[in-house]
Amino acid sequence: MTRAVEAELPLWPPVNLARGPFALLDESERDRYVGPVTRVRLPTGHAAWLVTRHADVRQLLRHPGFSSDLTRPGFPLLRPLPPQAPEDVKGSFIRMDGAEHARLRRMLTAEFMIKNVRRIEPLIRQTVDESLTDLAAAGPPADLVSTFALPLPSMVICHLLGVPYADHDFFQSRSRALLDQQTSPEVLRTAVQELRDYIRGLIGAKRAHPDGSEDLLSRLIAERVEPGELDVDELVGMALLLLIAGHETTANMIGLSVLLLTRHPGQFTILRDEPDRAAGVVEELLRYLSIVRTGLFRAATEDAEIGGQLIRAGEGAIVLISLANRDAAVFDDGDDFDPYRQAHQHVAFGFGVHQCIGQPLARAELRIALVELARRFPDLRVAAAPQELRTRDNSIVFGLDALPVTW
Amino acid sequence: MSPAEGDLADRPVAGATLRVTVDRDACCGAGNCVRTAPEVFDQDDADGLVLLRRAEPPPGSVDAVHRAVELCPSGAIRVT
Repeated sequence: MTRAVEAELPLWPPVNLARGPFALLDESERDRYVGPVTRVRLPTGHAAWLVTRHADVRQLLRHPGFSSDLTRPGFPLLRPLPPQAPEDVKGSFIRMDGAEHARLRRMLTAEFMIKNVRRIEPLIRQTVDESLTDLAAAGPPADLVSTFALPLPSMVICHLLGVPYADHDFFQSRSRALLDQQTSPEVLRTAVQELRDYIRGLIGAKRAHPDGSEDLLSRLIAERVEPGELDVDELVGMALLLLIAGHETTANMIGLSVLLLTRHPGQFTILRDEPDRAAGVVEELLRYLSIVRTGLFRAATEDAEIGGQLIRAGEGAIVLISLANRDAAVFDDGDDFDPYRQAHQHVAFGFGVHQCIGQPLARAELRIALVELARRFPDLRVAAAPQELRTRDNSIVFGLDALPVTW
Repeated sequence: MSPAEGDLADRPVAGATLRVTVDRDACCGAGNCVRTAPEVFDQDDADGLVLLRRAEPPPGSVDAVHRAVELCPSGAIRVT
């Protein structure tokens, strides 16, 4: 395809503040982007394939011929890569393939198993209780994002990792820059380096004064770093990934979930009156809200046919889990939120070997946070007009900047 | 054949005995199988990878096992 033709391609992702937080695409965007496999242009000027159907998304994400390594030829980038030294990316297994990826991921897998997350449920519950007690004491109105949705997962992941929560302003501001598609390469590189230096400092202090702490960083130092199985810089990258993924995603899910559920008081009270339904409601929230809306990014390393389209080695593909989660072939009336739906087939956590490692933790945090909120604040309602709510349209993780509430 | 088609094609007729095998090399430890059919699947305490509790699940677990096959992100579960 010539460059002149590629310039005519629709730009992905579209910026459209008018469609609100719950519509993924408006009608004209649907015509442009739902192909099932269509060619799009990216802000970096490159072209890529957009994959939107549930079956195609699953096939591609499980296909060994697609790489997560963003230095591969043709990898679809929304923003230019900053100049990177090898130590800037060490341990970031979300960008790795095959055995290299499996080696690091498997050092963490057991940590987030359902049975281990069950053990930390009391910690989640206690953190929720304390935050909600503080919220009630301060009285309405309040911003639910800064008082509850963000601190909760942030405190939990800090506790698990062994990162001081007192430093949350530092790492939250930098992780926001990392997730913002409009961050310049220079700012991005500084944010990454500051975060890596910070975690390297924590690891250094723990190594200098081993105190037998049970946090994940301390255990990985003792069990992997000291015996020589794992590099310090690899551990830095792994910890950074968990720290960012561990709070941004759940925080945005809580904010959007409350906005959605309180629009229909009957839906919010299901959580209080039918707690057995809560796990199912969380699955439907994950499906319907699908906060990773710009997509998952891969580069083809071999020719592959996806949804009837030949994707050649060296071409980029963007997999839209948000649209797959509303695919009519799998979900009847997928654009409707239905708390009684069987939503288990959603791909909100991705698919393939990169599927979210922290999903049992995310599910537990969402269920406990939302049920307790509905139980203790049954009259909770949003105290802002829909057009006043600022959404994070430039972020790789969609969500609300703030959610004013009253009760 | 896509993995989705493979899942359906692998489905045996109702009433037949189901035999489950797991591929720990393929497993990525996401835990969907344990969430879906905890009576059949477990995860290793050491590495989080899949362990089979029963290779021949009881009739009451057959639907859950098929669902676990469908949800497994890495295609690590086979039924015959």
